[in-house]
Amino acid sequence: MITLLQIHEPGETPEPHQAETGIAIGIDLGTTNSVAAIATDGKPEILRDKEGDGLVPSVVSYAGAEPVVGRDAVIQQMRRPDQVVSSVKRLMGRGAADIKSLSGTVPYEIHGDQQVGMVRLKVAGRVLSPVEVSADILRAIKVRAEAALGHEVSRAVITVPAYFDDAARTATKDAAKLAGLDVLRLVNEPTAAALAYGLDRGVEGLYAVYDLGGGTFDISLLRLQQGVFQVLATGGDAALGGDDFDHALAEAALKAAEQRTPTLVEAKNLLLAARRAKEILTERESTELFGSIRGAEFRQMIDRAAFEKLIEPMVAKTLKACRQVLEDANVQASEVKGVVLVGGSTRVPLVRRMVAKFFGREPLADINPDEVVAAGAALQAEALTRGGDTLLLDVIPLSLGIETVGGIVEKVIERNTPIPVAKAQEFTTYQDGQTGMLIHVVQGERETVDACRSLGRFELTGIPPMVAGAARIRITFAVDADGLLTVSAEEKTTGVKAQIEVKPSYGLGDDAMAEMLRDSLTHAREDMERRLLIESRVEAERMLLALDAATKSDGDLIQAEERQAIDRAVARLREAVAGDDRDRIAAAVEGLEKASHPFAQKRMDRAMEVALKGQRLDEVEASMATDRAQ
Amino acid sequence: MSQIEQDERFRKSPAAGDLTPCWSCKEPVAARALFCHACGAIQPGGNVDHFTRLGIARAFDVDVDKVEKQYLGFQRVLHPDRFVAKSAKERAIAEAQAADMNLAYEVLKDPLRRAAYLLKLAGRDAAVSQDQTVRDPALLMEAMEAREELAEAQSVDEVEKLQVEAGAKAIDLIAQLSRAFAAEDYDLADRLATRFKYLRKYLEETRARRIALEDAE
Repeated sequence: MITLLQIHEPGETPEPHQAETGIAIGIDLGTTNSVAAIATDGKPEILRDKEGDGLVPSVVSYAGAEPVVGRDAVIQQMRRPDQVVSSVKRLMGRGAADIKSLSGTVPYEIHGDQQVGMVRLKVAGRVLSPVEVSADILRAIKVRAEAALGHEVSRAVITVPAYFDDAARTATKDAAKLAGLDVLRLVNEPTAAALAYGLDRGVEGLYAVYDLGGGTFDISLLRLQQGVFQVLATGGDAALGGDDFDHALAEAALKAAEQRTPTLVEAKNLLLAARRAKEILTERESTELFGSIRGAEFRQMIDRAAFEKLIEPMVAKTLKACRQVLEDANVQASEVKGVVLVGGSTRVPLVRRMVAKFFGREPLADINPDEVVAAGAALQAEALTRGGDTLLLDVIPLSLGIETVGGIVEKVIERNTPIPVAKAQEFTTYQDGQTGMLIHVVQGERETVDACRSLGRFELTGIPPMVAGAARIRITFAVDADGLLTVSAEEKTTGVKAQIEVKPSYGLGDDAMAEMLRDSLTHAREDMERRLLIESRVEAERMLLALDAATKSDGDLIQAEERQAIDRAVARLREAVAGDDRDRIAAAVEGLEKASHPFAQKRMDRAMEVALKGQRLDEVEASMATDRAQ
Repeated sequence: MSQIEQDERFRKSPAAGDLTPCWSCKEPVAARALFCHACGAIQPGGNVDHFTRLGIARAFDVDVDKVEKQYLGFQRVLHPDRFVAKSAKERAIAEAQAADMNLAYEVLKDPLRRAAYLLKLAGRDAAVSQDQTVRDPALLMEAMEAREELAEAQSVDEVEKLQVEAGAKAIDLIAQLSRAFAAEDYDLADRLATRFKYLRKYLEETRARRIALEDAE
C-alpha cells in the first residue's frame, strides 16, 4: 500500500472491499428490456451506461463468435434477424406444444421436432435453450453492473412475473446460475414495484399493482400492515403484453395493404415500425406506419382512435383478470387505496384510462414504469443482505395438483396460498404387491390434466409390497419462498422413504444443466481476468482520490519539480485506467507511488510533529504502530 | 464442554421436562422458544396445533384481527428472508417455521377450515372433512333447489339478490357454529360445518354465474 495512506486517521481509511462483499443487485429480467439497480440505505439507483441509459434491450445476437447483448444486438436484428433472439422470456420453461399457441408472436425457428423438454431455438447454426439465451442477457447485465460499480457482482435478486409457473421460475434460476449469479430470491415483479413505491413506509391499506409489460400481464393485490407486505391475490396472463399491441397494429397494416405474406425480415421490420407507431401514438393523435411487403413499400396513416379500437379487447382482458383477483381476495375495487402502474405498456393512454375507470381512481405512475421493478428488486436485495424492517409475504400464483384417475386434477395446494408452504397428501396402491407409482404433477386452475401445465412426473419406487390399499404413501409438496416446488414421499406404515425421480416436463434435466455449466466454465478464465482488471482499477481510483485529498490539505509541502512529476504520473495512471490493460495500470500505480514518495515522507514528518506536541514518546510509537496495522 | 457433560447437566436441570438442547450450541432451550438464548440460532417449531402455534386460545370464536397480528409478528422474525446470510440448516428451519405459520394462519382465519380443524382436534372423523357426498337428504335437496334457482337467474340483479341471501345465510351459520362449539355439541357442529361447506360452493357458483352474465351484458 502506498505510504500516503498511512497518515489517514483510523477509520477514515477507505476499505471498499470490506463493504463490497455484501453487495447484491436487483435485476428486472424483462421480455423487452432488462434493468439492473442497486440500493444503498433504502435508496435504489438504476445502473446506467455512459449515455445515462438504464435499459438493456433483452436481445441477443449470435452473429459473431461471442453473443452480443442489448442495443448493438437490436441494430444487428434489423440486418440479420435470423441470427438474433428477442422476447426469449416468453419461452422460459415452455415446451414445444406451448409454442404452437404462441405461433406468429415469436419470430424464431424452433429446433427439430422435439416432443419433450424445454423448447430449443435454432439461431445462426446453433441450437440454444431459452435458459442459455437468458443467461447471456444476465451475463451482460452482470458485466455492466460490475463496470458501473467497479467490483465483482455475484449475488442478485431477480424478478419474475407473478404469474410465472414453476417451470419458468426454475428456468430463470438456472439461467442465473449459468451466468455466475447467486440468486438470493426470486421476487414477483408487481411486489417489487410496490416496494419501490415505498408503499411499505406509506399508508397501511390495500394496493393494486397493474403490470403490463412486453409479453406478460400481472395484477397483484397487496395489503400493507405492520411493515409487512402481504400479497393477497395475484393473477394475470402469461401471454399478453405490449408486443400483442404491436402485432395487432402490424396485422392491421398488412390487412390494409391487402398483403399477407411478408418475408421474415419484412415482418420483423414491420413489427418494429408498429412498435414505434404505438409509442408515437402515446404522445400524438396520429402517425404514419412505413413498411414493405415483398419489396413493395407502403405507408399508412394511423390515428389513436383506430389504434385504441384494435387493442381495446386486450385491455378489457386485463381488466377481467383484475376483477378475478378482487373476487379472489373478496374485496371491492373501491376498497383499493392506490393503483400502481408498471411496465412500458402502461404508457398507452387507453390502458391508463381504462384502469383508472375500473378502480375509480387515478393510478400512480410517477416512477418510470420501465425502471420501477428493478428499483424494487434492488431494495429487496439490500434488505436481504443488510437486513431491513420490510418483509414481503408472497403467494403461489397457480394451484398445484396431481393427476388422478381419468385425467382429473386433484389440487394439493390452492393458488394464492402464502409461501413458503408444505402440504402433504396420502395416497395408496391399487394393486396387490405394487411397489411403484407414477405421480404426475401439474399446475393450473382447470379440472383436467390436459388443460393444466405439466410440471413433471415423479416415479416412486421401493414401496414395500402389500395388499392393494394397505400402503399409505404420504407425498409432501413444498413450495419455497421463491415459489419453487420440491416433492418428497414416504410410506407411512413401514417408514420407508420412497425414492423420487424427477422428470421435468419443460425444465432442463440435470444432464443438460451440467453440460451448460461446463460450457460456462470455459468463460471462467475471461471472467477472472475481468475481475482482476476491475480490482486494479478500483485500486488506482482509490490512490488518485487519496492523493487528491492529501494535495488539498498539505499541498504547500510539494515543490515545483515534484509537482510536475506527480502530475505526469497522475496523467499516465488516468490514461491506463481508461484502458483494459491490467499490467499497464499496475505499472502506472507504481510510477505514481514513486513520484509522490517525497511528498508522502514530508506529510509523515508533519503529522509526526503535530502528534508529538504534548504527547509522550511511547504514546506516539503506539499510535504509529496502530497506523501501520491499518 | 463435552457432549456427554452437556447432556448430563441437561438431565439434572430441574425443569428438564420443558427444555431441549439447542441443535446448534447444545445449551438448554425452552421447548417453545423461537430462538436459542445462548447462541441466537432459530429453533424448530415442533409439533403443536395451529392455535398454540399462533398463540390464540383454542375456540371457534377467534378475533381474526388478532390472528393477523400474531401471524405477521411471527413472520417478521421467522421468515426465510431474515436468514439469507445464515447457514443452510437455519434457512431450512426458517422455511419450515414460516410454512407452519402460513398453514396455521390459513386455517384459523377461515371459519370453515377452523371448524373442520376444531372437529379434528376433538378427535372427530368429521363429515365436513370427507370428500364423499353427505347423507343428509334435507341438505342435498336444499342444495339442489338453490342451484336450480341460480341456473334460472338471467340477470346480474337476480344473481346479486341470491348472493346477498347466501351471504346472510353464511353469517347465520357462523353464529350457529359458534354456539355449537361453545356447547361442545360436535355432532351439531359437524352438520353445520357441512352445510357451510355446501354454501361456500354455492357462493362460488353464484360468483362465476355473475361474471358470466356481466360479460354477456
